[in-house]
Amino acid sequence: MTDASFLALSRRRALASALGFGLAIEFVGHKAFAAVDGALARRKLIVVICRGGMDGLSVSPPVGDSNYAGLRGAIAIPGFDKPGGALKLDDTFGLHPSLAAVHRLALKGEARIAPAIATTDRARSHFEAQDVLENGATAAYGTDSGWLNRALAAMGPGKVKAISVGPTAPLILRGGVEAASWSPGPGVGRDPRLPSILADLYAHDPQLSRALASGLSTEAMAKVATADAKSALSQADAMAAPAATMTPAAMTPATMASGGPDMPAMAGQANGGGAALAAAQRQGLGVARNLGATLAGFMIQDGGPQVAAVSIDGFDTHANQGSSQGQLANRLAYLDAALDGISDGMGPAWKDTAMIVVTEFGRTAHVNGTAGTDHGTASTALLLGGALKRGGIVGDWPTLAQGKLFENRDTYPTIDMRGVFKGLLVDQFGVDRRALDTAIFPGSADVAPAGGIIA
Amino acid sequence: MALDPDLAAAIAVTRFGLGAKPGEILTARDDPPAWLTAQIRPVLGADQPQPGAPSSAQRFLEFREYQRERQQAKLDGQGKADFDPVKAAIKIIRDDAGADFLARARLGATTDAGFRERWALFWANHFTVSATKGQIATLIGPFEQEAIRPHAFGRFEDMLVASSSHPAMLLYLDQAQSIGPDTMAAMYLGRSGKKAGLNENLAREIMELHTVGLGAGYTQADVTEFARALTGWSIGGLREPEDVAGKFLFRPNAHEPGTRTIMGKRYSQPGVMQARAVLHDLAASPHTAHHIAVKLARHFVADDPPPTLVSQLERTYNGTNGDLAQVAKTLVLAHESWNPEAQKFKTPYEFMISSWRAAGFTPDALPQIGPMLNAMGEKPFSAPSPKGWPEDAATWCAPDAIVKRMAWSETLAAQALNGRDPYQLAVDALGARLTPLVAKTIQRAETREEGLAILLMSPEFQRR
Repeated sequence: MTDASFLALSRRRALASALGFGLAIEFVGHKAFAAVDGALARRKLIVVICRGGMDGLSVSPPVGDSNYAGLRGAIAIPGFDKPGGALKLDDTFGLHPSLAAVHRLALKGEARIAPAIATTDRARSHFEAQDVLENGATAAYGTDSGWLNRALAAMGPGKVKAISVGPTAPLILRGGVEAASWSPGPGVGRDPRLPSILADLYAHDPQLSRALASGLSTEAMAKVATADAKSALSQADAMAAPAATMTPAAMTPATMASGGPDMPAMAGQANGGGAALAAAQRQGLGVARNLGATLAGFMIQDGGPQVAAVSIDGFDTHANQGSSQGQLANRLAYLDAALDGISDGMGPAWKDTAMIVVTEFGRTAHVNGTAGTDHGTASTALLLGGALKRGGIVGDWPTLAQGKLFENRDTYPTIDMRGVFKGLLVDQFGVDRRALDTAIFPGSADVAPAGGIIA
Repeated sequence: MALDPDLAAAIAVTRFGLGAKPGEILTARDDPPAWLTAQIRPVLGADQPQPGAPSSAQRFLEFREYQRERQQAKLDGQGKADFDPVKAAIKIIRDDAGADFLARARLGATTDAGFRERWALFWANHFTVSATKGQIATLIGPFEQEAIRPHAFGRFEDMLVASSSHPAMLLYLDQAQSIGPDTMAAMYLGRSGKKAGLNENLAREIMELHTVGLGAGYTQADVTEFARALTGWSIGGLREPEDVAGKFLFRPNAHEPGTRTIMGKRYSQPGVMQARAVLHDLAASPHTAHHIAVKLARHFVADDPPPTLVSQLERTYNGTNGDLAQVAKTLVLAHESWNPEAQKFKTPYEFMISSWRAAGFTPDALPQIGPMLNAMGEKPFSAPSPKGWPEDAATWCAPDAIVKRMAWSETLAAQALNGRDPYQLAVDALGARLTPLVAKTIQRAETREEGLAILLMSPEFQRR
């Protein structure tokens, strides 16, 4: 053990114990992880859900598909080597120019795409499709718990911890196994007695006591994670994260009225531009990077969560979606910064990490009447992580040829999202096939785990 | 009613209302259901947070004024540092939308008709327009003022039409720019190299979220047909005369001609009447009655509401042609609504409003509201999607959110207590719902502020 890592460890311990609430802090210390041994205890899985129906044909534009440019018109991403052009993956696919960090990973074999992936839902409703994506069932509203939570249960409750980013828990992580949630902002208050008074008061209230205990233990970890995030970021590139603090723009009254960090970007889009726009955009990206790095900071702690879920909103681009620049480009830049923050923040743990970025459905292959796209079917999933096996696209590419579109309008789905989720759970955590086919993804025996994704 | 009158009074004010102000539970004690039905105002509708506030059209013109200024600044020279268009836009959005939100919060904190306000908030969430979409922020207050509040106790169909034709909704769900592909407008735009056509966003969400719901069994083809029927429903633009700018405007030359078939019914009405007829049928559908009955019962009574309550609400809706005053009456008179066990976990906004009412605090600046609501997961005027804010405990009783509520409770206690006795505040806020354990814990608090924070974080205050 080097001096530096020794210091880091003792700092964590000191911070954690200084928070002594007199409560069981389940994350802190090694105890919780005694049961998980060896390599398995280091594996990490992160699911990022991009809500609103992220346009796969812009995330990984098939610029080499002869029908792409015609279908997309003004919102097509230009070809490789053109100004604002796609970042090349292979002869057919590139990545959106906003996804520069993902592209850097792809060149190292640490990022791949599944360009025609879908859930089993075909109703083109955001809410139904998100529900199916997260509950892992074949129908919306079929179950109250999420598949990722049931996967934790299958691994043996308490063995593998999970966390979501945001003040509230997404469906994917809800269920019988308590998962933590965390978001930046004011932590516990001044009165050191209050947490334990409330813990007593909640003794016979399982809903509140679970939430409070988990919230307090996460808060203790957060102090360490934010410190780690800051040092990781400053080591990674001191220049690129100017004045990034853990108070995101979203927390200030200045941005209260609209969509958080990206609100100024939207205003700018409608009205021109200006220095403030660029600054706001940069600030938004700094916040995203920091959130990503902080999440990684949680996950690399001893006894920290090995599984995480993150949601990003704002992908419903019915009008003026833009091409290399514009509304969707800004959103993808935000996503890219968050993913970059995670991969940087993981440090050496990145080699044990797998991450998947999914959306509830893709969008129409044709541009619509308002320079946007409507609800479609298959979209792109991004697979990232040092644990990935180098390789080409995951699933087949159906092409955008006449007659090959789903219902003559959308990218045709060639791979079931559940198969990819299953493959990740098998290869990262050794989850058993029967649990996958019944408890985690009910009624999915005919969907095999996708192999060859993890090295 | 078999309930103890003290408990019934506490339920009336905390579950159906927005939480008790000191003394309020006593005023409801004589006849709790009557205290609620007296708040139903069929003609006047819900209260307006800011009587005489700017209309959506005025807000729209304000935006036009801003654009002119911006143009002028451009003409005056690029180097001018005193006018930054993005900063100016942010300021407009923040000032206007912030004032609207503050006014609504102040109404919630002070009103004597908490049930009426909760009812209005339910409908505002049902017909969500969200500031996650740029400049819409300044139109949300006017939307509630013009489309929701006047119709809160009227016919559902009237609210549906008002919402579907309101500039805020037409912009939020992209309807304003949807153009029939076989129209003069499409041809004209096509000639100048612009692509114009259908946008099905509003049509889909009206069917799925506002009226019949997914269970009604409509198809993609029904959605597209409805979108065609809705073409022409637009707003007067920035360059159009003052009397139409920023107002609902039907554009005949953008309306797709022809008969439409939606859910098996043919609509051959001309122009604006076509979609109007569809809205009429959607409002009259039993699927809509069911969808709304479930949502109301879920909002007021339990995440998993009693089916008998849902069917009573449904029956009233169907039997009164969607008369929301009658539906409200059915809700508060149904015995299922008075379950002594509080099953609803408060949303952050409900928690904040009820805390202010308990503490006798009225917010007077946005920073007292915005940042903490955002931290608790319910950013002002910014529902994450057209579906609106979730209302279930599984969403809001989350680890991080509870820690944030705890920190905020301490802040409010420090700010608002002014030496009062927290035990008395607890009795005033919860009446017969205050449990001995919480009462005792408050009395044993080390400081009065701690006592108030305990009240606000108690299980019975967190639920209603």
